[in-house]
Amino acid sequence: MANMKLYSRNDRIFVIVNMVLIGIFTISTLYPFIYIASLSFSSGFEARAGNVILTPIETTLEAYKYILSERMFWVSYGNTFIYTIGGTIMSLLFLIPGAYALSRPQIYGRRFWNLLVAFTMWFNAGLIPFFLNMRDLGLLDSYFGIIIGFAVNGFNLILLRNFFEGVPSSFEEAARMDGANDFQVLVKVYMPLAKPAIATVALFCIVSRWNGFFWAMVLLQDEDKIPLQVFLRHTIVTLSDDQQFTATLVNASYSVETVSAAIIVCSIVPVLIIYPFIQKYFEKGILLGGVKE
Amino acid sequence: MSDAVTPKPAVTPYVNKRPVSQRIVDHLKREWQIYLMLAPTVIWLLLFLYKPMYGLQIAFKDYSIFRGVAASPWIGFEHFETLFASEQFLRALKNTIYISMMSLIIGFPVPILLALMFNEILNQTFKKTAQTIVYLPHFISSVIIAGIVITAFSPSAGIVNTILSWLDVDPIYFLTKPEWFRPIFIGTTIWQEAGFQSIVFIAAISGVSPTLYESAVVDGASRWQMMWKITVPSIMPTIIIMLIIRIGNMLEVSFEMIILLYQPATYETADVVNTFIYRQGLQSGQYDFAAAAGLFNAVIAFVLVMTANSISKRYSRTSLW
Repeated sequence: MANMKLYSRNDRIFVIVNMVLIGIFTISTLYPFIYIASLSFSSGFEARAGNVILTPIETTLEAYKYILSERMFWVSYGNTFIYTIGGTIMSLLFLIPGAYALSRPQIYGRRFWNLLVAFTMWFNAGLIPFFLNMRDLGLLDSYFGIIIGFAVNGFNLILLRNFFEGVPSSFEEAARMDGANDFQVLVKVYMPLAKPAIATVALFCIVSRWNGFFWAMVLLQDEDKIPLQVFLRHTIVTLSDDQQFTATLVNASYSVETVSAAIIVCSIVPVLIIYPFIQKYFEKGILLGGVKE
Repeated sequence: MSDAVTPKPAVTPYVNKRPVSQRIVDHLKREWQIYLMLAPTVIWLLLFLYKPMYGLQIAFKDYSIFRGVAASPWIGFEHFETLFASEQFLRALKNTIYISMMSLIIGFPVPILLALMFNEILNQTFKKTAQTIVYLPHFISSVIIAGIVITAFSPSAGIVNTILSWLDVDPIYFLTKPEWFRPIFIGTTIWQEAGFQSIVFIAAISGVSPTLYESAVVDGASRWQMMWKITVPSIMPTIIIMLIIRIGNMLEVSFEMIILLYQPATYETADVVNTFIYRQGLQSGQYDFAAAAGLFNAVIAFVLVMTANSISKRYSRTSLW
């Protein structure tokens, strides 16, 4: 379609209008991020007055200096790394062997095991029973609770299983001849072949861990364990209503707006760094796991 | 479920004289490693997803933390009676239906249009750049998106009110106005997800056979005509399946975003079932009552999903799962 010649004048108008519309949509997606970045580099006074529109006004790094001197910023940032790395490794430790086992045709009760997974995607006990269960298991307010409590996810499991099922059995025959057991076959034959699928799942885990806030907010009481997103919510949502904090800022060269914007920028940057990798894999991932059992 | 224990007779055309128990032992001796690999996932599912389903019984009990789930006394449907007599719950239910219907009606066509438009872009660099940008918000956390919305709509500093001031409109404190909550929320979710949701349709379009377009060009069709007469009908199965999935998941309003954006002043239009459960259960500690609301929500969602699945099975002969 793309290489087709444009025959009529109408076609040319259509293509140009279309390009303009896509351009507008793209800019409207990008603009809020530019706005926030500019805000974070502007002075508190100009930000409060609503003068920042596209580029920073009275460029300053005061908001960043304030944020980087906050102990909680560093603590929560470190915690987010712990949850993201720990959670992703934990997920893969469950998902890879689990998906491999589910993909084996000779396993007894294969339909039953698959139904056990699929049912969790259709029916969810809900917030309260999940929370009470975490409390009964003694997993409130703990790093381990957050890391283990969200390790398995039906969608990721099925995505990986579908990939393993698609590997022709001829690949493993040579290894079987050499007397390899299932663990060896998984590690030496399937995992290297499944690298793109594993990378996709790992990236899904990383993104959802990095962005996760609701359960961290609910399950963690101890301030020193909260991730960045919870700290961010606290700053943005709570502080803008906090008259005392606003009052202390009146004469400062930063404001609630610039400080919030600076935290937002600091939190987005890691996502932007891995975004090229995400983009490489996620389109495949969606199409792999989306529409089949 | 019976096949969990006994193998199907169909796979053994010859008569196996060995007793079933012996065959199971042989099977386990040979294949124990697979079950060892499966065990952690199954145990996890039972512990973290199925045990809470057992805990759902507190919806029918006078739950006390000290007695625990099993020992708390049964009280029948009392919580459900209170629930349906509660104006707050009925309001939340109404808001959930309203917000999800509006999101569906306004939000569903956007990714399809985006995909069709991306398909008509001839310059590959422009296309790739635009796609990279519009997919991005999906990967940004709801806290950040909410932070951007709160900042942009703030009465004093926000860009929206700055623009309004150019038009001589007095500043509006959008996030405290019930009538503004839904447009802002629905607009935000569309802004965040439409680009990402277009991927499925873009993939469907790339599967359309080029010969269809070639013969249309010979017949002198314009690009506009080809888009509506070839592309759209060709991706109709995908559109219908995605529509069914959306309807199946309708009750899953992204309540995390609502928790971040709403406040008591906007509860009347913003409070949905899940935010209601969150406040009643996790903030006020009425676990049994909130669990009843959750059970009601989950059962309706289950019925919707199963109906959607069976319809799509009939329509496309492929199950969604």
